[in-house]
Amino acid sequence: MIAVGVGLYVVGIGYSVALSFTNSKLLPKFDTFVGLANYDRLWSTGRWLISVENIWLFGLLSIALNMLLGFLLAAFMDRRVRYEDTFRTILLYPYAMSLIVTGLVWQWMMDPGLGIQSAMQNWGFAGFSFAPLTNPDTAIFGVVIAGVWQGTGVTMAILLAGLRGIDEDIWKAARVDGIPTWRTYVFIALPMLRGALATAFVLQAVSVVRVYDLIVGLTGGGPGIATEMPAKFVIDHITNRVNVSLGMAAATMMLLPIILLIGINLFIDWRRKAVAMRAAT
Amino acid sequence: MTAVVAQDEFFAAAGPRPRRVSAARIGVYCFLIGAALFFALPLYVMVVTSLKDLGEIRLGNIFNWPAELTFEPWIAAWSSACTGRTCEGIRPGFFNSIKITVPSVILSIIIAAINGYALSFWRFRGANFFFGLLIFGAFVPYQVVIYPLIIFMREVGLFATLPGIIIVHTIFGMPILTLLYRNYFSSLPEELFKAARVDGAGFWAIFFRVVMPMAVPISIVAVILQVTGIWNDFLFGLVFAGRDNMPMTVQLNNIVATTTGTRAYNVNMSATILTAAVPLAVYFISGRWFVRGIAAGAVKG
Repeated sequence: MIAVGVGLYVVGIGYSVALSFTNSKLLPKFDTFVGLANYDRLWSTGRWLISVENIWLFGLLSIALNMLLGFLLAAFMDRRVRYEDTFRTILLYPYAMSLIVTGLVWQWMMDPGLGIQSAMQNWGFAGFSFAPLTNPDTAIFGVVIAGVWQGTGVTMAILLAGLRGIDEDIWKAARVDGIPTWRTYVFIALPMLRGALATAFVLQAVSVVRVYDLIVGLTGGGPGIATEMPAKFVIDHITNRVNVSLGMAAATMMLLPIILLIGINLFIDWRRKAVAMRAAT
Repeated sequence: MTAVVAQDEFFAAAGPRPRRVSAARIGVYCFLIGAALFFALPLYVMVVTSLKDLGEIRLGNIFNWPAELTFEPWIAAWSSACTGRTCEGIRPGFFNSIKITVPSVILSIIIAAINGYALSFWRFRGANFFFGLLIFGAFVPYQVVIYPLIIFMREVGLFATLPGIIIVHTIFGMPILTLLYRNYFSSLPEELFKAARVDGAGFWAIFFRVVMPMAVPISIVAVILQVTGIWNDFLFGLVFAGRDNMPMTVQLNNIVATTTGTRAYNVNMSATILTAAVPLAVYFISGRWFVRGIAAGAVKG
């Protein structure tokens, strides 16, 4: 049973990669080998270039904001606040909802005519402007806001669990030494949270690479093609645009960073083992 | 009581003067409350919008409590909102989502439990290799395997059918769930397993009599993870379910994206809440279990 499941993944990936070297439009055709032509075409397609640029911008910004806000929230929650459970419930509920729901809600909130912007203007802030989704230059920041809103609670929960796992004696020692609380968090607790931080980071990174529903719900890739993403590029080329081989070339490109990430992980593991071996002998 | 004293000491040590301590305390609460407002706002706006009539919405006061409560949008969203061709509301999507979610959750969990059990107790040849591949599977972008899966489903005649989408969910849930069970079983004492073997129990006897009764907590986590995950899925439902089995998320997007006629924002928001209701209920009821699910799901290696 495992073999079937695993086999499916391996065969599936092999199949996709193989297709990317052919000239398949609607159906797979393996007799039309074209080498790297699809990759050539891919990297000169404006839509793909914008997708790649967007995913970097979205990924870096949203992960940075997510981790920063998540850590701050976790640290503050760790200060034995009252109603901790209530705060946690509020911070985490967006994660329980579909990304489509997230996208649609924020689309409504950022509506230029009836959303936050108009509410603030009606309250007397005449110059208030907040409608990032209508402008191709700022639309991606609207996506970042929605993404951070959805994912920060998880980072907070993971980091908070990490903070709770730190030995009580370390806090006592820091207190005895007269180290201010914030410095204890930044210079002592933060390095000890490496594992939790890595977990939260990987979780966010995976969801960034997969981002599809959020875009469909929030912007549909627009205005124009300003918020297109690689995941959407692939699906669109399989379904609507009927250019399977180009889509598969894009999918293969999406696989590369994951392979790289796992490769780095394996390398670090191997290094650590090698060092441990040397230390033992 | 002692905890309170310790806490006070703690904060006294944090700053040179007591007065600054209380300022820090206020700062902590201000930040948390501010953050809570930011996170709660969309839910509030959703609810408020869904209870207004369109005339009031057009005034543009998105944050105001409805001057006149109306439940019309909810009824419309449930039973008469249009998705291009048909005007049946989101109701068919709701029942489709149930038909998809229930079998998918049961099937994927049974398979994952057996897999995890086999991986951790019966160390067959290549178990570690399979484990590595599973981790890889948990990270692979779906886009890489979706097309071959479409072709495969077409070949076996399950594309755009209910069994088809259930199989797809089972396949994609497998890596992460198997890891979940495998890690849990690895933490159980191996002596239990050995004792059962000495008593002559076989693969299945050990699984049903020894291992599964101990796997109740992790199974709760798995159910929470899968119910919310499959209910919230959009991509697979869109690609594999077909027109007759469209899950709620797809239906919701179709309702909102329908451009014919005036945009009924209140109906859209009602439909959105209805779609989010099931996972939100799971979340509010399960409480800390949900957090455990995330943490367990996040530990991938």
